[in-house]
Parts: sequence; C-alpha cells; structure tokens
Amino acid sequence: MTKKTILNDAHRELGARMVDFGGWDMPVNYGSQIDEHHEVRKAVGMFDVSHMTVIDINGTQAKPFLQYLLANDVTKLTRQGHALYSCMLNKTAGIIDDLIVYFLDDTHYRMVVNASTRDKDLAWIEKQAGPFDVTVNERPTLAMIAVQGPKARQKVCPLLPDRLGFSAAEIKPFSACWFGEWFVGRTGYTGEDGFEIILPENKAEGFWKQLLEVGVKPCGLGARDTLRLEAGMNLYGQDMDESKHPLESGLGWTVAWQPEDRDFIGRSALEANRKQTNDQFVGLILEDKGILRGHQTVVLDDGLKGEITSGGYSPTMERSIALARVPATIGKTCKIDIRGKLKEATVVKPCFVRQGKVQIENE
Amino acid sequence: MSNTPDDRKYADSHEWALLEADGNVRVGITDHAQELLGDLVFVELPEVGQSVGKGDECSVVESVKAASDIYSPVTGEIVAVNDSLEDSPEVINHSPYDDGWIFIIKPVDTAELDDLLEADGYESFTEDE
Repeated sequence: MTKKTILNDAHRELGARMVDFGGWDMPVNYGSQIDEHHEVRKAVGMFDVSHMTVIDINGTQAKPFLQYLLANDVTKLTRQGHALYSCMLNKTAGIIDDLIVYFLDDTHYRMVVNASTRDKDLAWIEKQAGPFDVTVNERPTLAMIAVQGPKARQKVCPLLPDRLGFSAAEIKPFSACWFGEWFVGRTGYTGEDGFEIILPENKAEGFWKQLLEVGVKPCGLGARDTLRLEAGMNLYGQDMDESKHPLESGLGWTVAWQPEDRDFIGRSALEANRKQTNDQFVGLILEDKGILRGHQTVVLDDGLKGEITSGGYSPTMERSIALARVPATIGKTCKIDIRGKLKEATVVKPCFVRQGKVQIENE
Repeated sequence: MSNTPDDRKYADSHEWALLEADGNVRVGITDHAQELLGDLVFVELPEVGQSVGKGDECSVVESVKAASDIYSPVTGEIVAVNDSLEDSPEVINHSPYDDGWIFIIKPVDTAELDDLLEADGYESFTEDE
C-alpha cells in the first residue's frame, strides 16, 4: 500500500497530480511544473518532503560512530547546528545512500536520509551501531517542508514559533537552529537559498496553509527534479547506487581522507580505486534539438562510451542538460545516441544554475 | 471533463484523427494525453513525403517528464507537419485539438478510421484506464 504524508489531503485540495514515488503517494505537480521551477528560481516555492527519513543518533559514542559510518568526517562540524553532506558506503565503497548530518552537540546528531532507501539504511545503521554506545531513533512523526528560493527566508521567518524566526534569520548556509520539535536547516536541493523545516506532524498542515497565504507557491517532485539537475546535485538511484563509488559519481569532494587513521566503512576499497583512473562525472549540454534522458549512450571522439545518469529539460536555460558518467578521455564535446541518431553535446562542469544564474560561461 | 470534440476519432494510444473535407486526416494528441505528459518541451516531427503504416511510430513528443511515441492512426503518406511546434511545443498543452495538431496524412483507405473510438468511447476508455 502506498504511504501518505500528513499533507496528502492538502495536496489533493490544491489539485495536485499525484504519483507513486518510491512507495509514497506524492505530488508531481500542481499545474505547470515549469512555472513551479521558475517560481523557485525567481521568488519562492515549497515542497512537501515529509517522506524523507529523519534519524537521530544519540549517545556518548555518537561522534566516533558517525566517523566510522560516514565517508565524510563529522569532526569537521564544530559549531552547533552545522551540517555536512556525506555518502554512507558499504565495505566495497558502493554508495548505500547520500545524506545530510547535523551536529547538535557531541552526543546528539540528526541525519536526513532518502525515503526510497529507508529500510536498508536503518538496517545498516543499526547493524553497524552494535559495538557503539549509541541509540538510533527514527522520527516518523516529524513532517518536513522545504521552502526554497531567494524570498524563502523573508517568507518563512515571521511564521516560525516563538523566537525561532530570529534565530533562523541569523543562521548561515548549511546550518540549523531549533526550538522544541521545530528544526530549521538552511539547506536544500534546488541550488537556491532557503530552508528545510522539520516540524511535528500535527503542525504541518497549519504551517503549509500559512505559507500558502503569504504567497509561497506549492511545487511538486517534477520541479524538484529539474531544479536539482540544473544545480548539478546527484539523485540517489539514478546518478549513484551501491554499484558505484563516490569517486566515479562526482562525489570525491565529500570523502574526507584526512586524518589518515580514520577507518570509515569502505575506506580500504576506496583507497584502491583512488590509485586508478576512474570514470569522470560530467555535465552535458545538448547542442542539437531533442531531450537528453537517463541511460542514453554517450559516444566519445575516441569511440569509448559512457552513459547519461540523469537528463532532461532545463527550464532556466531552455535547452536540454544532463549528468553523465564517462571515460576520463572525454574532450570538450561528445555525441549522444538519441533513438539511433547521434546528436552533438558540449561537456561542462556538472553545475548549470545556482542562485538564479546560469553558471555556464558561453551562455 | 467532457471537452472531447465529437467531430473526430480517437486511438487508445491517445491520438485523435480528424477527416478533413479534402479527404486528408489531421492528427494530434488528446487533452488527456497532454495533461498526463505535462509541460511539453520537444516534438520530433515526421518528414513530409514519408510513408507510414497504421500503428507505426512516426513522431515523438517529449515533456519535461518523459518521451512518448505518436502512432499513426491510418496508413498513408505524410503531406504536412506543424513546423511551429519545433519552436513552441507548449502549443500542444494549450490547444491540443486545434493549434497543437502534429501532422496530416493522405490516407490510403479512410475506412481504417472506423477501427478508432468515438469521443464518448474514448472518454470512458480514459476513465477506466
């Protein structure tokens, strides 16, 4: 049976087109997903992301446990509320999931992991936690709303309870503040400024409706996907999975190699890969007409082949873009096999749009 | 949602086919189809002069979400395509039954249209789908 977030009725009242997304009945759009996309780039939009999984890691050994569990190093987190993006690897360095971990204090951390990987993540984390003095608490009764766009902060702060609005107005990007069960992170998945707000389920519908009243546009998973693709952010299950390691997924920057004696899960397998030439993770812009899609074949000038992992239409650039895993010999251009025809594409860094601006130089 | 025009026939693959006064058949996709696809961003048109068989894939419409093949509802020759869709594929979203037509076929046998659904038949088909 498909699961529903606490906002399911609110989406239906707004006339959302609903789809099954990893077992959850979620809104894909509320009308035009391109309009929703532009609204986030230019003003502010909101997404129900309550299907995502919040896991609290508490205990005297919370820090050493997370240093072992994650490929990035939580000791980088020194300020209360500071957040870190990391992969969680298996023994062969395959990516079990990507996640955000927030530092509350030395014995309390909060992780937000993907919805589609919830069961295997929890099983893995609980298994690895065995020898450590920690508790692993999933928080299924918390809802989560992402409010994203250049006007997100000015719309959200006045609606937060008590003094939380003042704190939220002050926090830096990739930081969080909280009050009771309300937790506000200045994070997101769109390439725009904004907040991800974790709150008690029984407050979620009221907060959603308050945001609607002040003009925040509801946006679905369709716009969320084009926004993250333009921002060059990987999607788990498409751009990486357990058969791929971070170095061939454009995520080498999230692996903390120092200190050298930190033994995180997957480290030894990853060290071996580090010494060889791995596939590269690149951005592509289609120069011909058409639309790039996941699984299309990339043909290099030397005849070697790669694969598009995520592709689609960029509403901001009004052309098609993609993320692709390709051999390291890739040049400045390549060809893409679209229904048997080879189309011309330009190779770029995998970050197309940030903060409303196109990042590609020749644009 | 009973805005399905009753002057034309419908395929269960969501194309409409309109027999025109000159005996040619104009083809597009239904309102239901464009709504399912969402914002359209690319149309790959067939070539004028191309021969197509009934049920052949002869065009592709792509939305932000997905690509969808368009099947020819009749056998014949493509005699015109809607070039304006190359620059403005979203016309199909706004006007699926008029300005958003995709191509025109000179049919070999208009009796092939008899195999298609009437407007009310298509509507009940989409309700059951």
